[in-house]
Amino acid sequence: MHGRPRKAPTEEEQEASVVKGAKLRSIQAKFFQFHHTNTYTKEALEVNAKLLEMNPEFITGWNYRKLAVQYHLEAAQSDEDSIKSILDEELKVVESALMTNFKSYGAWHHRKWVLNMGHSSTDRELFLLKKFQKLDARNFHAWNYRRFVTALKNIPDEEELQYTTDMIYENFSNYSAWHNRSVLLSRLLKEEVEGYYPKEKVLTEEFEFVRNALFTDPDDQSGWFYHLWLLDQTVKLEHLLVSSWPPNGSNVNVSDYCALSPSLSSISRTLPLILCFSEAVGGINSSTVSVVCESNMDSNLIWTPISVDKSGLARTWLTYLTFSSEPMHPSRNYLVKVSIANSEGIISSAGFCCSNPSHMAFTVCLPSSNTEFDEGPDIERIDWSEENFSSNQLHSENLGLINSFNELTISGDNKKTYETNAKIIADEIDYCRELLSEMDCKIGKLTLARLLLAYDALSSASRGVQDQNMFQYKEILELYHDLMKLDPPHFQYYKDQYSLVFLKQELANEESLLKYCYQYRDSTSLSNNSLCLCLRGLSLSQIGCIERLLWVQMLDLSNNGIRSIEGLESLQLLCCLNLSNNKICSFSALEPLRLLKSLKVLDISHNEIGAHPIDTRRYLCASPLSHTSDWKREEFVVSGPEMTIYWDAFSIFSGLNLRQLSVTGNPIADKKFKLFLCKLLPAMKWLDDEKLR
Amino acid sequence: MDEAMSYPQIEPANFDLIVIGTGLPESILAAAASSSGKTVLHLDPNPYYGSHFASLHLHDFTEFLQTHSLPSAPETQPSSSGEFNVLPLTTSPVYSSIETSVFSPEILQKSNQFNLDLAGPRVLFCADKMIDLFLKTEINHSMEFKSVDASFICEGEEGNLRNVPDSRSAIFKDKSLSFTEKNQLMRFFKLVQDHFGDGSGEESKKISEEDLKSPFVEFLSRKIGLSQKLKSIILYAISMAHYEQDNLEVCKDVLKTKDGIDLLILYHKSGGRFPNAPGAMIYPLYGQGELLQAFCRRAAVKGSIYVLRMPVVGLLADKEVGNYKGVKLLSGQELFSHKLILAPSFILPSGFAPSYLYPEPDGGHDFGLLDEKVKVVRGICITKSSLKLDVANCLVFFPPRSLFAEQMTSVRVFQLSSNVAACPSGMFVVYLSTLCKDVGQGKKMVNEAMNALFSIPISGKPEENSTDSHGENTVLRLKPSLLWSTVYIQELTMGAFGCVSSTFMPDGNLQYNNLLDATTKLFHKMYPNEEFFPEATSSIEVAEDGAFEQLDS
Repeated sequence: MHGRPRKAPTEEEQEASVVKGAKLRSIQAKFFQFHHTNTYTKEALEVNAKLLEMNPEFITGWNYRKLAVQYHLEAAQSDEDSIKSILDEELKVVESALMTNFKSYGAWHHRKWVLNMGHSSTDRELFLLKKFQKLDARNFHAWNYRRFVTALKNIPDEEELQYTTDMIYENFSNYSAWHNRSVLLSRLLKEEVEGYYPKEKVLTEEFEFVRNALFTDPDDQSGWFYHLWLLDQTVKLEHLLVSSWPPNGSNVNVSDYCALSPSLSSISRTLPLILCFSEAVGGINSSTVSVVCESNMDSNLIWTPISVDKSGLARTWLTYLTFSSEPMHPSRNYLVKVSIANSEGIISSAGFCCSNPSHMAFTVCLPSSNTEFDEGPDIERIDWSEENFSSNQLHSENLGLINSFNELTISGDNKKTYETNAKIIADEIDYCRELLSEMDCKIGKLTLARLLLAYDALSSASRGVQDQNMFQYKEILELYHDLMKLDPPHFQYYKDQYSLVFLKQELANEESLLKYCYQYRDSTSLSNNSLCLCLRGLSLSQIGCIERLLWVQMLDLSNNGIRSIEGLESLQLLCCLNLSNNKICSFSALEPLRLLKSLKVLDISHNEIGAHPIDTRRYLCASPLSHTSDWKREEFVVSGPEMTIYWDAFSIFSGLNLRQLSVTGNPIADKKFKLFLCKLLPAMKWLDDEKLR
Repeated sequence: MDEAMSYPQIEPANFDLIVIGTGLPESILAAAASSSGKTVLHLDPNPYYGSHFASLHLHDFTEFLQTHSLPSAPETQPSSSGEFNVLPLTTSPVYSSIETSVFSPEILQKSNQFNLDLAGPRVLFCADKMIDLFLKTEINHSMEFKSVDASFICEGEEGNLRNVPDSRSAIFKDKSLSFTEKNQLMRFFKLVQDHFGDGSGEESKKISEEDLKSPFVEFLSRKIGLSQKLKSIILYAISMAHYEQDNLEVCKDVLKTKDGIDLLILYHKSGGRFPNAPGAMIYPLYGQGELLQAFCRRAAVKGSIYVLRMPVVGLLADKEVGNYKGVKLLSGQELFSHKLILAPSFILPSGFAPSYLYPEPDGGHDFGLLDEKVKVVRGICITKSSLKLDVANCLVFFPPRSLFAEQMTSVRVFQLSSNVAACPSGMFVVYLSTLCKDVGQGKKMVNEAMNALFSIPISGKPEENSTDSHGENTVLRLKPSLLWSTVYIQELTMGAFGCVSSTFMPDGNLQYNNLLDATTKLFHKMYPNEEFFPEATSSIEVAEDGAFEQLDS
């Protein structure tokens, strides 16, 4: 089954296959005659059975059988004996088909279909499975069918777990067995079945079990996959909220942010409220999140998931607080209290319920009158050259806004869990180091890097403070650095991970974060805050640590090796973005930009857009043909041949209200394209260095 | 003359080859010679097959040992009969110091339900030459085999049995190795497998010639860096070295890396060769004696004549030249042949000095014959419970010095259960063996091993002290209690080639490879122009697929 090299067929084999083909075609012709005339006689069924035995992959044959069974069952009405004999015949046909090819989807499916009718005995099924699994212990069809049968027979999960143990003892190089183990354990842990509680105890035992596989044969990947699953189970944080904007304990002057409101209408007392979670969540609404303000505030909040897909799940959620009436005391700061997960309903993508309420509060300063926000005609072009930025002299009030982390209180129970789990991970780190001291092992290094990160996450969570100074990222960075050299085929993955860890390290605390903050020379061209986060020339390939950057309005990511800006959509306050001199190779890679409604200034010059004639990413993203796209044809301001060429540029830019755009230095950026952009973005003032209007 | 009347007359009187004794080497030679078209007469004075390789009922077993521990009847003088001189054929004792203890006399009543191997302990590796020969000659169809369930290594006086981590899954399962040891051991196994890769493999993966010639123990510690524990497992429980290898100056028989690795690869190839045999080793149902009977059947199919219960009183020699001409039976009948093969206990009459002894001293390092004074100590124990719960058939190794400081050789133990018909159900037969130079030292080793494994009833008070309860928490493990035991010394003899050839006693090894090699060699000496079992016409592959169908899973 495994590890058998393919051999070219000999002459005799070729002849035999020609004969077989001819025979198959003649039976097939007979079968189609019956099929087309809806003939379900005994003879017809026998021809079909013979055909399926020869070629179990013939799906039409199976479908015909289903029709025939239905036909005969109707005739049999409720006579149990004849129903049973009809169905038993089906089971027999499946069995002989499986003897020919035990990896036939059609045959396994037909068997399930028959058994699901509930008339047949399931006793023979486990016997059959044993036979097939002996033939090939890793046959995932058999394992899949096993799950079906055990559910049908109500075999306890504990028993099945023991079965996976036995199979793993026989040969631990068995993805199917490890996978089934993870499925069963998930259920046992969730239901807190006796002997599978507390979770930490089970995890410790499982880590030890799989460690035998990792040490015995580190080259076998199946154990590592299970280990990764266990690691994932161990680091899952139950408190999901990571950060917010405005940050907990901050004071915000609402008039500074009026430009960020969804519509530039007269209402200037609008403030975005952003919640950022540790993983994608759903169910954020006015009943799960309550916002209370001392001043009059529209309490009917509409929460929007910030996500490129339409799953309704997102890491970042956005709403706008609208303070409707004149403040009673203009100079006073009003307290806004936010309570998250007051009632159940917030569910993570992994199916976790967020049941621990978190609270945060900030104060707002409301403008005394409805000041119209006006961009003004004399607004200047943003120039990203270095001399326009000076090292910051931060005002203390800004400092509070930068530090967007919630100091969430974690309940004692959770704290203890994190401590225990951190201990488990610490042990795993020791063992991983032990293995690496014995031999060089790429996946061992990768696992060590992941374990160290997991330990960091758990231990900082258990301390309850997000002071990440305690942790040294140096070792993780070194590991990824080694891996890039050791394993060139996966260079990009390691590079991406390196970037994420590097950002974590650099943005971990206020002090080092401030090193990357610069003041733009001319604050008049920006709505308020002229503070720029400048991450240029750091050879990043990906952007991460988003939860720490919710405050950023001006971001310089130029001169890196960025290919993807996944996650950037969370920066809902972002106005100016410099992505020049990176490795972005298509507009589809810029999809997160579509969600940045405040974006005014974008520089994507000197990238690789249009350099690759075939962009595989493009097919993963929304296209004019995909139904996830919500465009309406009549809204198209441009049409004709340009539209078919530049549809992906259209999909990114059409929803944006850009004032300034630089595209030069990309293969796509010819005269024709620039004309297209001018048509597409009528409000644009600067395209590359040119002033348009 | 009454006695002579009871013996049948044998027709014809002339053969290419007469074989006296039905031990394994004799039986293979008879089958091989008949396969090459020779006419063969195969005689045995006993009423059963097997000679020194037989599997016998308890009673026959003790009797056989007794008989062959004494010199045969007082020598008669050479006499003359017609044109020949009759040289009397006598036997020399091959067993000595037999000590039998009966703790539970009832089991003597069940004598017939035992099949005890004279040449135990011995196992077949699924990939060894013997199995290949079975498949080639298709004699496997008349045999059934059972798997050896496990092998253990026993260190320390408590008699705790630890599993021998001999395969990938065994290493995975092992509870006594540290994780690092698991990693080291598996990497070593992989290194060995790479060395034996399909030949086209990269040269860099081969173990260097220089290393192959070096002592295995040095290779393991210097090149591979294995711990003492792992070395001990590999040397004594997998490569099955006889002598202590750590002290190379004193070691009588240094295992070379090449030989150690050959054994490892045999072990590796054996596991999983047959789908019904999960382990590396198997054992024939009804005992080792089945193997030689299968060869005898094969010889008979090819036309050999078999006569049991037929003692031979003398050899016929040409009066003038003194050449071998034939044999004289107890019945008085005289039979003639070109060649004669004798079982090892027969004394070669002085006139027939062998021209060649085998195996050659330099070639047979692990034959245990380097020093002619080396003997095998064998022991058999009958118990009511298994050495290890839920294990029927298993091997146990006591590496050198594990029992006491002066123990210089490894003691091997092999337990068989009623599922191979070795004993009545509910009982177990345990074989022990080791090599020794000094009889006292040798017996001490086997006795100490027995002490470590069993609780030995004090005579007169059988059964009762198996619980061995001194205090409340002393009983860690219930040792099986002995019902019956015997310990004896078996001589090692060399085979001889000449106008009269003789075979050899069972060697001290656990497996058949050396026996088969020596037998093949003798065949080629006797018939230099014949192929050893010419290829059968039917395809071997078919046999291989269908082989061992009866193996219990």
